Amino acid sequence: MKRALCQFVAAAFAALLAAAAGAQQPVKVGIVTFLSGPAAGPFGVPARNAAEIIAESINAGRVPAPYATKGLGGAPMELVIIDEAGGPQKQVAEFRNLAQRVDLVIGYISSGDCLAIAPVAEELKKLTILFDCGTPRIFEDASYKYVFRTGPHATMDNVSAARYVLERRPNIRSIAGINQNYAWGQDSWTDFEAAMKALKPGIEIKTSQMTKLFAGQFGAEISTLLSSGADVIHSSFWGGDLEGLVLQGAPRGLFKSHLVVLSAGEPAINRLGTKIPDGTIIGARGPFGPFAPDTEFNRWFRNVFQERYGVPPNYASYKMTNAMLGLKAAYEKAQKAGAASPNQDQIITAFENLTYEGVGGTVKMTLGKGHQAVMDVAVGTAKTVDGELRIVDVKRYPAGEVNPPDGVKSEAWIRSGMKAK
Amino acid sequence: MTLDRTTTTLAVAAVLLLAAAPFLPQWLVFLLTLALAKGLVVLGLVVLMRTGLVSFGQGLYFGLGAYAAALVGAAAEVLDAAVMLAAAVAGSAGLAAVLGLLLARYRDIFFAMLSLAFSMILYGLLVKSSALGSTDGFNLHAKSFAGITLPAGAERRVFYAVAVVAVLGAAWAVHRYLSSHYGRLATAIRDNELRVEYLGSSVFRVVFANYVIAGALGGLGGAFAALAVGHVDPETAYWTTSGEFVFVAILGGTGNVLAPFLGAAIFEAVRTVANQYAPNVWQMTLGIVMLALILFLPAGLWSLVARLRSVAR
Amino acid sequence: MFDLAAVLFDGVVYSSWLFMMAAGLTLIYGVMRILNIAHGSLYALGAYAGASLVGAWLAGGHPPAASYALLLAAALLVGLVMGPLIERGLLRLMYGRDEVVLLLVTYALFLILEDVIKLAWGVESLVVAEPYALPGNFRIGKLAYPVYNLILIGAAIVIGLVVAWGLYRTRQGKLLLAVIHDREMSAAMGINVARVYVFTFTIGAALAAAGGALTAPAIAVSPGIGVEVIVLSFAVVVIGGLGSLGGAALGALIVGIVRSAMVRYWPEGELFSVYLVMALVLIARPKGLFAAPEARKI
Repeated sequence: MKRALCQFVAAAFAALLAAAAGAQQPVKVGIVTFLSGPAAGPFGVPARNAAEIIAESINAGRVPAPYATKGLGGAPMELVIIDEAGGPQKQVAEFRNLAQRVDLVIGYISSGDCLAIAPVAEELKKLTILFDCGTPRIFEDASYKYVFRTGPHATMDNVSAARYVLERRPNIRSIAGINQNYAWGQDSWTDFEAAMKALKPGIEIKTSQMTKLFAGQFGAEISTLLSSGADVIHSSFWGGDLEGLVLQGAPRGLFKSHLVVLSAGEPAINRLGTKIPDGTIIGARGPFGPFAPDTEFNRWFRNVFQERYGVPPNYASYKMTNAMLGLKAAYEKAQKAGAASPNQDQIITAFENLTYEGVGGTVKMTLGKGHQAVMDVAVGTAKTVDGELRIVDVKRYPAGEVNPPDGVKSEAWIRSGMKAK
Repeated sequence: MTLDRTTTTLAVAAVLLLAAAPFLPQWLVFLLTLALAKGLVVLGLVVLMRTGLVSFGQGLYFGLGAYAAALVGAAAEVLDAAVMLAAAVAGSAGLAAVLGLLLARYRDIFFAMLSLAFSMILYGLLVKSSALGSTDGFNLHAKSFAGITLPAGAERRVFYAVAVVAVLGAAWAVHRYLSSHYGRLATAIRDNELRVEYLGSSVFRVVFANYVIAGALGGLGGAFAALAVGHVDPETAYWTTSGEFVFVAILGGTGNVLAPFLGAAIFEAVRTVANQYAPNVWQMTLGIVMLALILFLPAGLWSLVARLRSVAR
Repeated sequence: MFDLAAVLFDGVVYSSWLFMMAAGLTLIYGVMRILNIAHGSLYALGAYAGASLVGAWLAGGHPPAASYALLLAAALLVGLVMGPLIERGLLRLMYGRDEVVLLLVTYALFLILEDVIKLAWGVESLVVAEPYALPGNFRIGKLAYPVYNLILIGAAIVIGLVVAWGLYRTRQGKLLLAVIHDREMSAAMGINVARVYVFTFTIGAALAAAGGALTAPAIAVSPGIGVEVIVLSFAVVVIGGLGSLGGAALGALIVGIVRSAMVRYWPEGELFSVYLVMALVLIARPKGLFAAPEARKI
């Protein structure tokens, strides 16, 4: 008798809760990011942390306007997080598993994974938002209906770095590079080299060091760079390799005798702080981190992230946040167009060519037939002031100056002189 | 033709898997194709392990097969899956025949490390090649099979069906080979090479033949995997991929040609489940499960089946 | 002229680091015939332990000069704890099994330790650069090098000599050599092979940890640093000959200098350098440089 009563009360309570939670079904969002391995520390976990805090804030309605409604237009977000480790073949298998359990997927830091996943997403007709990977090839080599990328691609990192370097030191004569020997490092160096040659024909390439990924120790490479006599040294290093380069290069004078450009160096700011020598040029792959404009929205984001995790958000966190905000904006735009609980096609229609306010600036989905985002980018110089590392001498480049127009391939655009649209 | 239990199991499995082809959900078709492809590579490894050799470089053929299939599509613009598979097998067998001349003279860890070295050389070449997309790789799709155009949306089912026939057929062929006189020399070599020489058989020829077989199977597996995933990248030639094949081979055991598939299935299943329920500690979960399996089943998973069989008798 | 000296010096620095890894591995393989894939995790543990210990020491305001000794102490600690733990707790259960099965066991161990390290230290990198920057620089021609590199080379030489002395001059060491030469015969002669195993594994673990601890101040200690080390150490062990300390040293030296030369004069080839050296050595000497002549059982 007592047991039946308990069961009745439990059922009634559950029913009440369900009613109180709103009539909306939760939207299950798959999140794929690096939770293990060397990419976890600088990118994977900061992105996961951003996903969790932003989803929480969105569900509670705590995000400032225009994102103040609870959930995605009323429907709460539920995250299913998996590890991006293992390489493209493994990730394709994981994606196929994940696609059955969730309504859409946000993820992917590695370009190899993005390139492999995009056709699969198209095949399974699953809305997939790529948030970080850098290769421009996704939408330059193919078009997709179900795939979006809310983060600008990596062409602008090195084009803006090249412009910045030449604006500050127009008389340099030679460059050298130290990059990781895989697609990211190779493409970054190729872009930087091509941009420099287009902007300053006749520039000499002294040496291009391609280090083994995660080598961590660069004694011989640094010796070679020091003897090269190059004016500018470019590096797209990240994670442990970047920190190793600074820790091993700075004491040997690498940064004093050369102008060093770290095109993806922003996450190291929090990690290494004042160990980064003055004069180092740093990029953040967009208007993120120290380059984010000091608006109320940005301040809210930094505070809520720092409060929960004790460290400021880096560009991986910014980009994940923009993916989620884009989803919310598209969802709610679809709602305004008449669908109370928009289906995937309606969300996609709303997402194409969308312009929305992200953290760090405005996100415009203007490339890739409305599926690829562009943002402005900023580059700055490191300087220690009062015992703290600051980024000074910041120059912003509007999206049109550092991104190829829709339909033009990045490599060809750089070689032809990077004409702004 | 002897109809022993292994042959019957293979035949029944083939029939069941083929019959289910039109009804299986997409994700299962994909999973099974990948498991068959990887199981095939491990099968080749098992042949080598029976000869007493552990190859840490099967990634060379796995990667070569995958890229051969993909390049047939990208460079030669022939989008026929049968041609891709043939190219993969031909390329891998050819390379194995050349490398085998050198490698068949080595044993133990020297064989292992030398085979690893060659796979890493392929990896290095692929990474350096920006035309092949470096570490990003590139996509491939096949639109026909042996001249017959595949209905859109059903390509993967066809690859699955072909894989079932090819892989289980290869398994049966290897089973017959290992039970034959030449095949039994393999275990003899593992036990005592010198005696085999004294008894008049050429150790070098057997090792060479087994190495080429393993290479060809590796290449075919790589091509099937590439067709299933739709993407190739250099990671297929990296030593960790080769290492994984070795571990699956050890996990399954070398007792029977069905063992690699059992091992591959269990390994994939554990890894997927671990990733799903413990995404932050999936490596540890996988490691613990493997240790437990090894602790209780020292001769690999197949010994469990063998035990059950002998009990049933 | 100075160019060549710089290349040689860079090569020797790299070799010192490689030697510590390979020495431990060659001993373990020579004695126990185990391909210890977990060697990479021991390296990582040494790096993390060293970084944490020195970090705590420096945070407490103590003199930085003692940090070098602390790094070695951390390595020793890791060896003394992990060695017996792994050998007695895990490997002992697997003896008598196929050699190949032990490979799987050490791989499973490697997977477990990777996550254990992640759980204990998190995914953020650990940076403890003071011991690296403290002793300042010295010059070879125009190039500045950290004095720390000299400390690293010195440590490798000292450790190598100590282990060699231990191996060839002490009783325990000679027992170890006997077991390397012929395990069955040694057991038949009354040597406590089980104890030799634990001893060897502990030393091997401590050497790997020392490699990690001494590298820690120069790098950002982060997850995954143990993975690449595995293949490199195995390659050097194979080049030098199994179970040979001198072989490990010579192998490490060759690989280090060849690599350094490639970085300087032909950077594209750097990726292949270690495999090229290994292939060439094995073609010339199929069992490695210092392989002991083995009696074959018929």
